Order: sequence, then structure tokens, then C-alpha cells
Amino acid sequence: MKLKNRLFAGVAACALMLGGTTAFANDHTGGAITVSYKDDVSTLDPAIGYDWQNWSMIKSLFDGLMDYAPGTTDLVTDLATSYAISDDGMTYTFKLKPGVKFHNGREMTAADVKFTLDRVVNPTTQSPGAGFFAAIDGFDAASAGEADGLSGVEAVDEMTVKISLSRPDATFLHVMALNFAHVVPKEVVEEHGADFGKHPVGTGAYKMTDWTLGQHVIFERNTDYHIDGLPKLDQITFEVGQEPIVALLRLERGEIDIAGDGIPPAKFLEVMGNPDLQANIVEGSQLHTGYITLNTQMEPFDNLKVRQAVNMAVNKDRIVRIINGRAVPANQPLPPLMPGYDEDYEGFNFDPDAAKALLAEAGFADGFTTELYVANTDPQPRIAQAIQQDLANIGIKAEIKSLAQANVIAAGGEKDQAPMIWSGGMAWIADFPDPSNFYGPILGCGGAVPGGWNWSWYCNAEIDERAIAADAMADPSQAEARIEAWKKIFTDIQDEAAWVPVFNEQRFTIRSSRLAGPEGIFVDPVHIPVHYDHVYISE
Amino acid sequence: MSAYLIRRILQAALILLGVSFITFTLLYLVPADPARQIAGRSATAQTVENIREQLGLNLPFYEQYWRYLTNLLQGDFGRSYLQKSEVGELIAARLPASLLLMVSAIFTELVFGVLIGVVAAIKRDSWLDKVLMVLSFVGVSAPQFVVGILLLYVFAVQLQWFPIGGYGTFAHLVLPSLTLGVLGAGWYSRMMRSSLIDVLTQDYIRTAKAKGMPSVRVIFRHALPNAFLPIIAMIGIDIGFFMSGIVVVESVFGWPGIGQLAWQAIQRIDIPIIMGVTLVSACAIVLGNLVADLVAPFVDPRIKLK
Repeated sequence: MKLKNRLFAGVAACALMLGGTTAFANDHTGGAITVSYKDDVSTLDPAIGYDWQNWSMIKSLFDGLMDYAPGTTDLVTDLATSYAISDDGMTYTFKLKPGVKFHNGREMTAADVKFTLDRVVNPTTQSPGAGFFAAIDGFDAASAGEADGLSGVEAVDEMTVKISLSRPDATFLHVMALNFAHVVPKEVVEEHGADFGKHPVGTGAYKMTDWTLGQHVIFERNTDYHIDGLPKLDQITFEVGQEPIVALLRLERGEIDIAGDGIPPAKFLEVMGNPDLQANIVEGSQLHTGYITLNTQMEPFDNLKVRQAVNMAVNKDRIVRIINGRAVPANQPLPPLMPGYDEDYEGFNFDPDAAKALLAEAGFADGFTTELYVANTDPQPRIAQAIQQDLANIGIKAEIKSLAQANVIAAGGEKDQAPMIWSGGMAWIADFPDPSNFYGPILGCGGAVPGGWNWSWYCNAEIDERAIAADAMADPSQAEARIEAWKKIFTDIQDEAAWVPVFNEQRFTIRSSRLAGPEGIFVDPVHIPVHYDHVYISE
Repeated sequence: MSAYLIRRILQAALILLGVSFITFTLLYLVPADPARQIAGRSATAQTVENIREQLGLNLPFYEQYWRYLTNLLQGDFGRSYLQKSEVGELIAARLPASLLLMVSAIFTELVFGVLIGVVAAIKRDSWLDKVLMVLSFVGVSAPQFVVGILLLYVFAVQLQWFPIGGYGTFAHLVLPSLTLGVLGAGWYSRMMRSSLIDVLTQDYIRTAKAKGMPSVRVIFRHALPNAFLPIIAMIGIDIGFFMSGIVVVESVFGWPGIGQLAWQAIQRIDIPIIMGVTLVSACAIVLGNLVADLVAPFVDPRIKLK
């Protein structure tokens, strides 16, 4: 097997870190900060945790073979020092960084990586991320509980892991950067069993020292961390049970440093208009698109012209105004931050007259009656009302079905239940920064199954084939061609108007004045919401 | 007495069984799929099916309920779907905060409520009585959320006398207790007033007065203990009420009690927690009432437990 070192990404990231900003070069500065959240932390087990709150907490406690340069979507090595991909793209060999220790003092080895991957696909773990590892050889048997582990993962020696795939997968390095692949120590997992998430031990920049249920979780600096100078703080306290509006008051009074749940919508304009707080707010893009699904299997949305007409009828600027400008209007499924986003694509412009004409062409000159499903938490019903008015302007009477989020998700997963769904509150946010992650579950044939997330039930076999072909382009020399292929896939899908892409949400993090670090880490697209390892105190 | 106690305990067990059945049935009917919730949006159909099987969610309703009940009898409330912890552990972790707030709020209610009620009854139909009753009416009608935010804004944000929410010190306890206490005092004062007015018209009070006993002694020695009975019943109800969670106040002040846990679980449809909290609340209500009934004969010997 001819091995190629793929260190360029790491080198590039280091160059960016060193040259781009001096902040990253700062050493440990010490001090303690407080972050507040409304809800209790659910779990800190990397195989299980899959929500907004614990995602970056887990990233600070654990490490994976791969990671992203702080504040960016650029892949870099983390626990791996290098990796090699075989010519056929079917085998990945990772060399591990020597001397990396878990919080319990034991050195991490290749056997831990194998244990971690075997564990995450084991059905008894109930990992929501098991499906991401489907390309690894032996996944079917392991995930069905018919085999002890993944036959495709081998600890070649103490510091080398070889992973064989059953099909080429260009997203595989991203998968290895997901929390689900973050390395855990076997002996601690076995000691705590299902409660490992309450007793997390990893190799991360911080170690958890206290968790008082319903009150707080405390992280302290891992003095043995394998990256020099990190983390910068001595301690982070995550307080829970604080309403976002109370958290904001406490932040203004200097009692907390980061309002984890962000700026409450009701206070957004006031906060943004307050000159004293301007320096405390960081705005950033995220890998998110909010959309209306049009069920292509239900009449009259099985008619392309009807779907196109709806796309032209929705006034996205007005919807963005409804949410106080916390987003940018969208014209395609991919968000601008995602590789493969087509800046030149125009999509369907807001044009009610043209929409009316299209409806007439489709045989609905007098419009029709339909239903628009929406989650019942603010501001979603208000957005649905705006959509309802826009549709009424071209003669479509949409009855709003405002339901609990779980019920909307259930309706979307039924083939003939929801003609239209406004995705607000449930919209797709990429698990990793690759266009592939925006296709399969929400626009591919695989997602158009009962209980799936492809709520427009759009299934185009030809596009599916192109998607599989794009993901088979695993050789880094094909990276550019692959992104081009995905770009075309998404604009072609949008031409078929299965969605009305409405907006891409922006993220606004509010922090105390004493916190410092490059702005990107406060709206990190991957370490959501904040890349805690790089935050420091400026005073 | 012991026969009465046994009967009441059996009644309580039946009530709890009924509550568990109704809650379990309602949650079973909620159109949300726990297996899918746990599996997350990226799960394969096989993963969802595995989870469903492991949790026994594919079993018929009666088998699921029986399993829950038998586990419950062994002290196992189940495991939270989304918090990934034992429900018993989650509830136990929040009990101290709930108990502390309950005791403190009931104490505040009693002090303010009884004091206002006694003064209003003694000064019946005076301008003071009218002012106090208007105030108690405001207390009864004001939403907890409004009073909580108001107290928080004035005393924590503006005057900075107290912390803005949280838990751990006496200072943290003051504002949530006041919010609940002030509102509860509205009920207590009205009840105390009418109960005392009723007692003050009794013959034995007239006799005591006729004997030349000082008014203060008449009120505190003879009238108050007899007027206190409805207040005791009310405390019993309050114990249940507070232990079932004071969702709004706990949310406003970030108080880590059972109400907050319940609210988070309801928002995320975490069925085992909702079940657990409902049963603990039902237990508290039943126990609160039982305790109030058991205490009543000590206050008023005319009451016999049968």
C-alpha cells in the first residue's frame, strides 16, 4: 500500500494559528469563568451527547483523531500526528501522538481508539451517532450486535490504527472528528457503565471535577494536556437552571462570562442597540438552513410548477425582519459557510405575479387549500403566519397546524401527512462541514422513509447516484472536483424546488468584557457554541 | 387511630396507583417516539429498532405498564431518556432545594398571612381592614411570574441586595421565598380573617370577655387556636403544592427544585422523568393531606379520627 502523508491540513492550520492571530500563541493565562445555561447538562459521554449544550463541553473533555482549526471548518489532526489514505480510498492509517494521557493518568493507545469505535456502534450503547460509521468494514454485523466489534478497525501496534472501509467515503476524516469518535478509556467506561456520561474521563484540555445535578458542572485545567499552552483557563463553571433573560442580567452585572443560551429573542433589539454591550457581542455564521418542505409525494406539491410558485411567493426578507435580522435570506439548501455553496446561483426570486402565473399554468389559477405544519414555540408560529399571508397573496389558503415539535417531526416522517412544514426550531444544522451531510438524511432517498427527516419526500435516483459518486472521490487530489459535484447536485435539487430555503441563521454570542480570544472561537462553527480551550481572561 | 391510619395509607396507595395508571396512559398516547428521540436525527432504522427493543417500547401497553409498576415497587423510577440518568437520582438531587423553598415559603406565608388576618379581623370593617384585604386580594391575584421578576428587578438588579437567581446561600433563598410567601399570604390572611371573625362571635369568647379577660389574652389564648384549624388544612395542601414543583418561581430564580426538573422534562418529552415527578408530587399531596388530618385533633380535641 502506498502511503501518503496528509499533513498539509495540519500545517496549514498551524500557519493560520501562528500567523493569523497572535491570540492563539498566548500561553495558559489562568483564571476561572462561568457559563450559564437554562437546561441541565444531559450527558458528557461522547458516544451519546448530541445537543447544543454538551457538544463543545464534550470537545473540551475529549479529543478525536481529527479536529478543526479553531474558529474554522478546516480539518486538522489532533490525537493523530499523521494519517495516510490508500490509493483506492478504502484504508485509513492513523499514527497516534505519543505521550497523550487520559485524565486518570494512563497513556492513550491504539487499543483505546479501537475500543471507542467498537463501543459507539455497539447497539447497547444506544449512540445516536452510530450511523456515521456505516462505511467501516464490519459495521452491519457490529451494529446488529452480531459481532464483538468492527472488523475494519485494527490496532496495528500501540500507536497505529488502521481502518478499512467497505466503500470509499470522502467524509471519513470529518467522521473521525465527530464527538462520537472521541477516544474514551476502556477501564473507566467499564467501571461506570451507562453512567460514564456523568463520570467522563478523556484526554481533553479540561477534566471534569464536579457535577452537582441541577446546579453546576465544573471543569478544571488538564495540566497534562498534549497541546502546549492549552487550555488557557484554570477553571470553567457551567451553571444550569438559569433562564436566558436572567443570565443576561447576570452577565451585565459581571456575575457570569458567557450566556450559553445566547441573547433571548425578546431582548435582542435592546441588547443590539445598547452601545455599552456592542463590544461584548460576537456574530458568526453557522452551518444552518431554515426551510419549508413541500411534500413532493402529495398533491398538488407533486407538481413542479406549484413548488416553484411557492418558492417565488415567500418574502424571505420580511421573515428575516420578523426574527430581528438574526439571519440572512437563503436561496439554496446549503448555507454560505458550507463548502459547495454556489455564490452565483440565483434560485427563485420573490415575485408574486410570476408565482401566480406559474400556478395558473399548473392548473391552479384559483389557488388551492393546504396545511402548513409548524412547531408551536415562538417565533415559529409568527413566521408561519407570514408564510401563510404570502401564500394567500397568490391564492393558496394554508391552514397553520401549530404543534409540539415532536409531533411536527412525527408528521414529517409520515409520507402523506404534512404537505408543508416550516422547519423552524428543527431545521438542519450540519454535523460536520461537508455538503454530503446536508444531503442523505434530508434530501436523499435514504431519508425518504417512515420516521425519516426527508420531509419533502424528495427522492431522485439520478441525484442519489451522483451523491454516491461524489462521496467516493476520497483522494484529496479530487477534493475540488468533489465539491464542484456537490455544488451542482444542490443547485439541481433546488431547481426541482423540493424546499423553499428561507434563511441561514446567524449566531450571536454575548460574553463578558474580560473574556478574550479570537472572535471566531466565540461563534465556532464546530465547537458550538464556544471553543472553550482557547478562551482566556484579558484582565 | 391505627385503624384510621391503615385505612388512609391503603387509600393513599390506591390513589397513587390510579395516578400512575392515568399518567402512564396519557404519556403512552403522546405521539412522540422515545426510541427516535434517543436515537437522534442521524440514526439508522436499525438503531431505532434496537433502542425500542432494549427499552421494551415494542411491548404491548399492559406489559409496559406492569414492568414500570414492578420496577417502581422496587424503588426503580427508570432511566431518563434524555438526561441519561436514573430518575430517582435526579429527583433526589433536587429534593433538598424543593424542601428548603417549601419550608421557607410556608413560614413566610404563615407569618404574613396570620398577622394580616388577625389584625384585619380585630379591626373588622375599619379602613385598616379594608386596606389589608385589598392588599391580600392583590397578593392572591398577582401572577407569580410578575411578582418574581419585579422583586428580582428591584432588589437584585437595581438595589443589588440579593443575587440574581441561583442557589446555595441564605441570600439566594430570600426572593423566591418572598415571592411565594407574599402571594400565599393573600390566601392565608383572608382565611385567617374570616375564621377568626367566626370564632370571635362564639359564646365562649363572649364569656371570656365578660369575665374581664384582657382582649389580647382572649384572642391569643382562646380565639386563635380555634381559628387556626383551616390554616392547618391549608398548610397540608401547600406541602403537596410546593413539592409538586413551583415551576414559574423556580424558573425565574434558577432554583434547582423539582418544578424546574419537571418543566425541562415536559419541554423535551422525557417520559420517565415526567412519570417520576408526577408520582413524587402525588405522594407529597397525599402525605401533606394525611399529616394535616393527623395534626388537626391535637389542635382541636373535638375532632376524632375514625
